[in-house]
Amino acid sequence: MSVKSESIQSKKDSGQDERLKKISPLRVLLNRPELGALGGSILVFIFFGIVAGDTGMFSAYGTLNFLDVSANLGIIAIAAAMLMIGGEFDLSIGSMIGFAGICIAIPAIYWGWPLWTSIIFAFAMAVLIGYFNGIMVVKTGLPSFIVTLAMLFILRGATLAITRLITGRTQVPGLRVLIENDPIAWLFATDTFQWLFTWLGSMKLIALRTDGTPLATGIPPSVIWFIALTLFATWILMKTRYGNWIFASGGDKVGATNVGVPVGRVKISLFIGTAVASTIFACIQVLDAGSADTMRGTLKELEAIAAAVVGGCLLTGGYGSAIGAALGAIIFGTVSMGIFYTDVDTDWFKVFLGAMMLIAVVFNNYIRKKVTETK
Amino acid sequence: MSEYLVQFNNISKFFGKVIALKDVTMKLKKGEIMCLLGDNGAGKSTLIKTLAGVHKPDEGEIIFEDQKIVFDSPRDALDIGIGTVYQDLALVSLMSVTRNFFMGREPQKGLPFFKTFDIEKANTIAAERMGQIGIDVRDPSQAVGTMSGGERQCLAISRAIYFGAKVLVLDEPTSALGVHQASMVLKYIVKAASQGLAVILITHNVHHAYPVGNSFTVLNRGKSMGTFKKKDISREKLLSMMAGGEELDKLEVELKEMDRIENN
Repeated sequence: MSVKSESIQSKKDSGQDERLKKISPLRVLLNRPELGALGGSILVFIFFGIVAGDTGMFSAYGTLNFLDVSANLGIIAIAAAMLMIGGEFDLSIGSMIGFAGICIAIPAIYWGWPLWTSIIFAFAMAVLIGYFNGIMVVKTGLPSFIVTLAMLFILRGATLAITRLITGRTQVPGLRVLIENDPIAWLFATDTFQWLFTWLGSMKLIALRTDGTPLATGIPPSVIWFIALTLFATWILMKTRYGNWIFASGGDKVGATNVGVPVGRVKISLFIGTAVASTIFACIQVLDAGSADTMRGTLKELEAIAAAVVGGCLLTGGYGSAIGAALGAIIFGTVSMGIFYTDVDTDWFKVFLGAMMLIAVVFNNYIRKKVTETK
Repeated sequence: MSEYLVQFNNISKFFGKVIALKDVTMKLKKGEIMCLLGDNGAGKSTLIKTLAGVHKPDEGEIIFEDQKIVFDSPRDALDIGIGTVYQDLALVSLMSVTRNFFMGREPQKGLPFFKTFDIEKANTIAAERMGQIGIDVRDPSQAVGTMSGGERQCLAISRAIYFGAKVLVLDEPTSALGVHQASMVLKYIVKAASQGLAVILITHNVHHAYPVGNSFTVLNRGKSMGTFKKKDISREKLLSMMAGGEELDKLEVELKEMDRIENN
């Protein structure tokens, strides 16, 4: 009976329009940019589940550890992904992290500013630098690769020079004492759901320290920021007009301009986005470590781009997703932490990172051909 | 009210010392298809960009519905109802049919600051509009890259009409298409005109232009060679004007001469 009705259905379908090809559910899935990253992260978890399942990697403490690393990378990877979808790169992310760090630390420690004003100051600088990157790319038409490469050197150099000029050293410690009672700093420095972990500890469900407090004290702020930014970026890309403009600007700049998309403004805002995301990253790390380091964030721009690419972003723009970039960051974070729990030498991590990215690019290239294939 | 929907009177455009256009005049009624014919370098592109508001004419005036109009930007031209479909179509092949259809003019819903792109409404409209021209978009979220060249052209035209074009400027809509695809596009253009739009069809293909056009303006080296009603001119005459008839005549004479020498 069911077979019969099926054949009637297919006859009707083929009679409807012979030019239309049936789209299999697999093809629909293949058209999602995050597919590769989803498969990759499942594989990674299966791998570590087998290899390191009994080592404590997946205990509450271990899980929060690799989630923290993933989340930190994810914060900048999502912004980098949005910029890549908009058709540009930002190589100054890592330097911006270092620069934002000293923008927080020097005013707070050496000039006596309240911590919250120096945090706001750092974000203001980020908006300015992002705006400058954007306006340079949009007005000159130069590749963003070059413009932001220049910014990579300028910011890193300025960070080092300014810090040494003012402090005579390359690190600015002493921030930890300022965090308490600060009206803003808790946003970047407080573990949340502590009551839950205390309760879990009291029920002996998670590991405890010798003094009876749980080993994992709460969800680190990076994870909250990471989740919030993933949701926010996905909402923007999929559900708003501005999101459509991002895809359009990256997909075809000239075409988008011709139908009235303000391509220049979209791109500038995305550059501001990467600089601001770098500053969020810097706030979390600087307040966690209690000190700013001029070398903080080195090479993070490349990891962010790698995560975005693994997450399905095309290097040519116009295609990708925030969830994909988030999954890409989780893959890298999980592997970089998980490798400690295995017998594999951690030196091999970069090899994995490179290989993963290469596979992703080949896979994405294939997907793009499938998506744009003319029938 | 004059009988013309839009008039371009004595339009001239100079780039430094180069005279790109000189005294080009075109007048269109509602429902009329005017074909603008010209060989490469005749000034077609400059004229399109002037019509679309990209260039400001240095001389001459544009009169739309009896009002003199000055365009400061392409947006102005769009707003009064001159919709231009460029050769590159302004379609992003990686984006869906719907997202392309509403690119730059997405319908929104929701509260201020939380406005979202009303994708359901957009999907419905896009599918409906494409259905009207006989393109069954089963899934409006499929990428434009999966459509044929003719379908993309129709999508771009349909988009211009949906967003209020009264005058449709089409830049070489059939040049990259096969016979079947081209006829599909031409059929759609005729249908659009029959619904009251004025169409300026820019092409160098007389065989595509002649069956659908009501009148023909031939452009040669930046100047108009005149506008002709269909009944007043033959396909062959148009072709020879376009290619610079004198040159063809000269070629013919030379060939005859060669013939004569060989026969002797």
